[in-house]
Amino acid sequence: MVAIIDYGVGNLFSLQCSLKKIGVEAVVTSDENVIKEADRIILPGVGAFGDAAKKLRSSGLVGLITEEAKNGKPFLGICLGMQLLFEKGFEYGEHEGLGFLKGNVIPLENKIPENLNIPHMGWNALDFKGEKSPIFKYINDGDFVYFVHSFYATDCDDSVIATSEYGIPVTAAVGKGNIYGCQFHPEKSGEVGLSILKAFCEI
Amino acid sequence: MITKRIIPCLDVRNGTVVKGTNFKDLNEISSPVQLAEYYSSHGADELVFYDITASSDGRKLFTDILTQTASKVFIPLTVGGGINTLDDFDRVLKCGADKVSVNSGAIRNPDLIHAAAEKYGDQCVVLSVDVKRVDGQFKVFAKGGRENTGLDALEWIKRGVQNGAGEIVVNSIDTDGVKKGFDIEMLKAVCDIVNVPVIASGGAGGKQDFVDLFNTVPQVSAGLAASIFHYGEVTIDDLKKTLNENNITVRL
Repeated sequence: MVAIIDYGVGNLFSLQCSLKKIGVEAVVTSDENVIKEADRIILPGVGAFGDAAKKLRSSGLVGLITEEAKNGKPFLGICLGMQLLFEKGFEYGEHEGLGFLKGNVIPLENKIPENLNIPHMGWNALDFKGEKSPIFKYINDGDFVYFVHSFYATDCDDSVIATSEYGIPVTAAVGKGNIYGCQFHPEKSGEVGLSILKAFCEI
Repeated sequence: MITKRIIPCLDVRNGTVVKGTNFKDLNEISSPVQLAEYYSSHGADELVFYDITASSDGRKLFTDILTQTASKVFIPLTVGGGINTLDDFDRVLKCGADKVSVNSGAIRNPDLIHAAAEKYGDQCVVLSVDVKRVDGQFKVFAKGGRENTGLDALEWIKRGVQNGAGEIVVNSIDTDGVKKGFDIEMLKAVCDIVNVPVIASGGAGGKQDFVDLFNTVPQVSAGLAASIFHYGEVTIDDLKKTLNENNITVRL
């Protein structure tokens, strides 16, 4: 069973449906016992880094999910949920993330050529980095996934498993040990996205 | 590189898909859920659902259809039609919409864009504008293209983006349903004044129209069409192959 952490951020309907589609039982929950029982955890999220980090802290779940992550339970952050895995986020101020991975989250603004729109929105190709990650087991280098974001993870060379070209190589996915993250939305990336979720659920 | 998006638009009335020519003479086509699944598995990059139902019974039917679609189709879904309040945003987002498109609702209440962007994020708010030339000037039309609001379209769009609209759909009434190509002049004018993605709508008659669109106005992010896809005159797979052959980056 997959625990999708419910901390009052974003719409979890599609994510739930996509897991159902690949035949995986998923529960949207903030219940500590359910999270402990789950064999893997997904941290979703849309909105602003500071606000989401605050909500996650006030949910009282940070201690538990940190412990579960340290104990080796497969953990996937999606979009803002991926950004929260890092040490700090610089979106409307400076905010502490979960610090599961080394790196910071900064604006795309002033980092990409001026003629490119912000947010980075739409389908972009994955460029795999390093050894092929287990979450990419069913997909190929160059496959397309769907992004919507204005901030991106940087200083995270030790965990990047894929980038996407948007004027600069933008961190698209990370993976280190049992901790994974996708900047894009696998639940909105058609068959490719479903295949990534399936691979994560088989780790 | 980010790809150019191809977006089929499904006008839904009382639970079925319709498409008009110049917004009149609507013809029923098919089940929106089936059509959405078909498009999703045949290369559509995103789907737009416009609810053109007026009655509240029809609204309920629409949200049911939306929920069914969102549970089967795993590409981005934009919903428009009858969006006048934050409650309307909430209603369709809960059914699985990813983005919400406002048109007349924003004309009646310009604060809606700002309020929605603040609550759901810029990426969630799409400003859809029906534009028609009046005495050589681009004017915003309301009520499905029947009423001239007198608003200058470029000013209106600029203001919408300042208020937080994350994407603009430009629907040219002058070219809609005519099938002689997108409104290049209008789209260039809009792309010159905004830095958010612009979606071209109205006028697609064949594959070449999309090639011309992306070649002449490279800033345009996506092309939207309805009838040419619904009637099978152009398949999205085939269209994308043609775009690719013309060195336009698409998701194949």
